[in-house]
Amino acid sequence: MSADFLYGIEVIINGLMAGVLYALVALGFVLIFKASGIFNYAQGVMALFAALTLVGIMEGQVPFGHLINAIFGTDVHHFGWEVPALLAIAFTVLIMIGFAWAVQRFVFRHLVGQEPIILFMATIGLAYFLEGVGDLMWGSDIKTLALGLPQGGSLAVEEWTAGLGGDDFYGFFIDKLDMVATLVAAVLVISLVVFAQYTKQGRAMRAVADDHQAALSVGISLNFIWVLVWSLAGIVALVAGVMWGAKSGVQFSLSLIALKALPVLMLGGFTSIPGAIVGGLIIGVGEKLFEYTIGAPYLGGATENWFAYMLALIFLVFRPQGLFGEKIIERV
Amino acid sequence: MLYREAGDFKTSYHADNQTFPIKFDRIGFWITMVIAFLVIPFMINDYWANAIFVPFLIYAIAAIGLNILTGYCGQVSLGTGGFMAVGAYACYKLMTAFPDVSIVIHIILAGGITAAVGAAFGLPSLRIKGFYLAVATLAAQFFLVWLFNKVSWFYNYSASGQINAPERFVAGVAVTGPNTDPWAQYMICLVFLTVCALIARNLTRGTIGRSWMAIRDMDIAAEIIGVNPLKAKLTAFAVSSFFIGISGALFFAVYLGAVEVGEAFGIQKSFLVLFMIIIGGLGSIFGCFAGAAFLVLLPVALKVIGVDVLGWPTDLVSHLNLVIVGALIMFFLIKEPHGLAQLWRLAKEKLRLWPFPY
Repeated sequence: MSADFLYGIEVIINGLMAGVLYALVALGFVLIFKASGIFNYAQGVMALFAALTLVGIMEGQVPFGHLINAIFGTDVHHFGWEVPALLAIAFTVLIMIGFAWAVQRFVFRHLVGQEPIILFMATIGLAYFLEGVGDLMWGSDIKTLALGLPQGGSLAVEEWTAGLGGDDFYGFFIDKLDMVATLVAAVLVISLVVFAQYTKQGRAMRAVADDHQAALSVGISLNFIWVLVWSLAGIVALVAGVMWGAKSGVQFSLSLIALKALPVLMLGGFTSIPGAIVGGLIIGVGEKLFEYTIGAPYLGGATENWFAYMLALIFLVFRPQGLFGEKIIERV
Repeated sequence: MLYREAGDFKTSYHADNQTFPIKFDRIGFWITMVIAFLVIPFMINDYWANAIFVPFLIYAIAAIGLNILTGYCGQVSLGTGGFMAVGAYACYKLMTAFPDVSIVIHIILAGGITAAVGAAFGLPSLRIKGFYLAVATLAAQFFLVWLFNKVSWFYNYSASGQINAPERFVAGVAVTGPNTDPWAQYMICLVFLTVCALIARNLTRGTIGRSWMAIRDMDIAAEIIGVNPLKAKLTAFAVSSFFIGISGALFFAVYLGAVEVGEAFGIQKSFLVLFMIIIGGLGSIFGCFAGAAFLVLLPVALKVIGVDVLGWPTDLVSHLNLVIVGALIMFFLIKEPHGLAQLWRLAKEKLRLWPFPY
């Protein structure tokens, strides 16, 4: 096999792994959208906030230290202890659940029945709010996430595949972290599907997604389900935040992964979990391949910023509800 | 008492069709015009022009543009930043290619170019609706910003990748470049805003505005009663982009003077303008002004209070700013989803009876 062809395959594999991460973010969107019709722009900031909180707890930072110092003239930064990773993750999950409850109680309960665009705007407001709170609580400097996740290229894969090509092929370069992320994402998706299919709460969740009023009439508490899906989205955000944060440091740009997930959603359909996964994979592979074959050589690179959107746009012109979305039926 | 619709009889078609049919509104309009044109230019200084008035005027134009598309025609767009960038770069290319032509013409042409680009990106709206369309307009945002970053023809192959506005004059007064007086900056923006607002106001109450609103309220029903959706949607995209292009050109040439596209016209700008029309009020020209004023003044006010009065560090205040803006947006949406314009409508209801309610 020629080296070019093998490099092409390497690009596809890396694209698939990036796609899994996109799918992970998109999943959070789909969960909330299905259950409450809210298009949650704050998903990316939730990932950032969760990752910041995790780092902050692990390092024993004083929350709002900066603000306290400014108001009282004190000088506090750290408690002086370090929390083990698992305990910190548990605390972070608790905080995300608390956040889900607060969002439901103070914002979206008052907005029930509003137009979707108003709900969408509210989540953008929420994104600003949460970003500000995250910065105030933990500071805005770039943090590293020391969870002990493996980093760098996998030598084993490289040596194992080096024999496939000729002399100028050195094997596939695959990031270990991406492999871990793929694994975690797969586990998460499977457990979410199992939860939705086989538990009582999961069934209630699907009922709400199907029809709010019918679900209400058989005695399902909408409030509880909404808190539940926001909590689940918070946990998905934590996982996404950890994976992306381990990759590039925990900083503001982490919240921009929400923008990466939007074309995935369009492609896969807003209401479909399999759609989010397949869409993520298509976008991941598509944008890496495009960059490799056309973007970098002919267009000056960095086409990843817009290619996914263009792909989704062109696709939607032919199929307006996405790959797996429910068929849009309009009546007068 | 103060606000009266009754007793104001019209005796000619001309009077019946005027832009402000109610006397109170007309008086308010002329008072505002006199203050804006005859008082403020003589009192303005550098700080007030740069921190408040010029950005307010420019954002108001952008908000009018977006409100036509989103508020009147119901097509949510997140590509405002990209379209502003088109206006800015078109203006720059025209300014450097034809230095002898007046900048006023360049700005209008820049608006026209943006209108063409906007109409092209509006084409998918015929197939895609709602959120799908909102996300689709992000394609315009990212693609356009990338294009202006990568293709060096757009910034005349300058090494920094920035565009700088050369000095240009209107009637012998410098309006762009480093030696511009604050009042000149203010005046050119004000003239453009006044003309744009009047055009927008009259478009929205005419045939074309009604066809936009019909499409917004229910597009299938509108089609059945004979509104051409292709025409209505594409004109909305074109007119909206025209105004946004003008605001982008002014933002670059008059306000900033030097622009790096990712920084000045990023996705944040799209959201900012969208917030303005939501807080101001969808489907209201007055709302564009109110929203723009609110979101321009808020950070300035917070900065004055936080940094100058309380003496807190700047980064802390900017974080607090985010929290407060976010919380206010949610608060507004909960309390008054129809924005400041609705508050003004309610105030007028009260004024009608005040001070002698039943």
